[in-house]
Amino acid sequence: MVAFLKHQVKTFGLTELFKGLAVTGKYFFKKKITVRYPEEKTPLSPRFRGHHALRRYANGEERCIACKLCEAVCPANAITIEAEERDDGTRRTTRYDIDMFKCIYCGFCEEACPVDAVVETRVFEYEFHERGENIMTKDKLLAFGDKYEAQIAADRQADAKFR
Amino acid sequence: MTFEQLIFYVLAGIAVLASIMMISVNNPVKAALWLVLTFIATAGVWIMMQAEFLGIVLILVYAGAVMVLFLFVVMMLDVNLVKLREGFTRYLPIGVLAAVAIFAMLYMVLGPHQFGLDKTGEPVRFAADYSNTEALGLQLYTVHAYAFILAAVLLLVGIVAAIALTIRRRPPHEVKYQNIDKQVRVNPKERFEMVKMNAVKEKPVAPKQEGDE
Amino acid sequence: MFNAIQNWLSLFLYDWLAILITLVIQVVVVIMPIMIAVAFITLAERKVIGFMQVRMGPNRVGPYGILQPFADALKLIMKEFIRPHQSNLFLFLVAPVLALAPVIAAWAVIPFDEGVVVSDINVGVMYVLAVSSIVVYGVIIAGWASNSKYAFLGALRASAQKVSYEIAMGFALVTVLMVAGTMNLTEIVHGQQGGFWNWYWIPLLPMLAVYFISGLAETNRTPFDVVEGEAEIVAGFHVEYSSMGFGVFMLAEYAMMLLIAFMTAIMFLGGWYSPFEGIWLLDPLTAWIPGFIWLFLKVAFLMFCFLWFRATFPRYRYDQLMRLGWKVLIPLTIVWVFVVAIMHYFSIGPWFN
Repeated sequence: MVAFLKHQVKTFGLTELFKGLAVTGKYFFKKKITVRYPEEKTPLSPRFRGHHALRRYANGEERCIACKLCEAVCPANAITIEAEERDDGTRRTTRYDIDMFKCIYCGFCEEACPVDAVVETRVFEYEFHERGENIMTKDKLLAFGDKYEAQIAADRQADAKFR
Repeated sequence: MTFEQLIFYVLAGIAVLASIMMISVNNPVKAALWLVLTFIATAGVWIMMQAEFLGIVLILVYAGAVMVLFLFVVMMLDVNLVKLREGFTRYLPIGVLAAVAIFAMLYMVLGPHQFGLDKTGEPVRFAADYSNTEALGLQLYTVHAYAFILAAVLLLVGIVAAIALTIRRRPPHEVKYQNIDKQVRVNPKERFEMVKMNAVKEKPVAPKQEGDE
Repeated sequence: MFNAIQNWLSLFLYDWLAILITLVIQVVVVIMPIMIAVAFITLAERKVIGFMQVRMGPNRVGPYGILQPFADALKLIMKEFIRPHQSNLFLFLVAPVLALAPVIAAWAVIPFDEGVVVSDINVGVMYVLAVSSIVVYGVIIAGWASNSKYAFLGALRASAQKVSYEIAMGFALVTVLMVAGTMNLTEIVHGQQGGFWNWYWIPLLPMLAVYFISGLAETNRTPFDVVEGEAEIVAGFHVEYSSMGFGVFMLAEYAMMLLIAFMTAIMFLGGWYSPFEGIWLLDPLTAWIPGFIWLFLKVAFLMFCFLWFRATFPRYRYDQLMRLGWKVLIPLTIVWVFVVAIMHYFSIGPWFN
């Protein structure tokens, strides 16, 4: 009898519905977690995989030795490398292109690189306005690396003990 | 011409035009839509004749419910227009004959010789706050109560008959029916039981050796 | 107020011209605020749902996003109007108008305050019911004229759903008429004078629920928006509409919501009367608030409920929706008609004296 009455009250009192409304009603007054993006930004990890860059040694020599491991490992075939012997007898790239449209930002190139030449930086706010701009050439990548070297080095340093 | 007359002629014109379109248009969905327009224009005319309750009920019941269901059916039917039009010329004489006969009968009963201000006298004009609904209700529930109840019972019988003819409960192995009341009543305590068990301590697995770094 | 304008105009104009001009003035005075309100309800909806999902909703256009409706309208107007292949052009164009026009027409009898009503007719309740039942044609014609299976399915669902829920809605209104003894909306409000315990929501509490639930179904709002059902039939009857055709459908939907909220407030929640009438201290303190503010507050609460329900409840399955309409709401209303008759017979409470 009690169970029957309880059931009737529950059915005609729409208690379940009101419970649901109470939950949403409670959240209505909660603090909002929205990050207003251009003004506020979420913190980024040192491992963040954004725009690529090619690094140099402290003496200005480019790190890349054209081993083509990154080209081989790239799952999206985004990297194209051509290499030649330089005047001083070292092996260097003559062409190092990353197609930013093909790239899936998996970070395998960075993992594969034996000399930490190609890295992915924290920069993710970039855009292309014309066709062809999406191909990052060696010059552009090196310039990018030069520009953000301090940040890149700090990030590598922070992450070094986990590698 | 007063403003009232202008509105009357506009509504009457729409009603006549829409009803002609309704019988002449060859797409059944369009015919149904023209019929809706006829109803609405007619309701307007009724409201102008101070029968606002009837006019609004006409829109509510016929335009709002009956024609919607009609459209529902007509839209679902796969009507083959070519087949429908097949016997048009063959049956045209009979159709014309029937139409003329109906018109003649209507004319005899409802023709201008039966109506007009000299026959019926000037209709009573009621004040704006006159409740048409109340007058109608008084008539229905006192003078015509018996006929009214009879009509209601007839409609109820119609509903019951329609449902009885179409209801078809298939065996449960063909169709699974949902009993919502039963589902709502489900109590977790009736469905499963918590069994108390003694906690058995398993032998600890040997700690993993540090891999060669 | 409008009679004065008409009398003044007829001093130097033809009578019919004076009537027409007065009508146009009335139409503009009533429709303009409604359209603006509708625009901001779309923003309120996104804000409320956003807040309930612990986010902020639109906040980029103007301070706190208050200019968002104008941005949306501008976007819709600038878009291309696409006509589906082999659709019926006339009906395709006329469908959004048919959806919007009846909703706007219904506002003719809604009283906003004592005497502030375009047309104070005796059959106000019936008029609103009749006019809102025409709205379904907009949906059906849109679905049929689009020459698309999804739109067509949406139209079928709409026609069945609206006709079903109109019955429950009508019966709920019958109980109100039984208590009030009139179909004039102003008179119905007059019957509820004197504090919130005099309003009709107490003797008619289940009917308030039925009316509001039917209202949700009539306006195709969640949890009854199977007509649109974006998960199964894309967007239902308005899949093929782009640009302002789509915009007009949205206007119609939100104007209809507003209409339902107004009707609920007028018939169950005492219209423009203050809830504190006859309470010491509170009554003199709130006496300065004009009636229409109270009405707008009630309507705002009901509109919030519309959005709250949308944020809370999942969509009904179609057969469950039909079950609720036919097997739950309609029997409940019929039972309550008899309960009200009994209450009326014994003259219970402040409502039946």
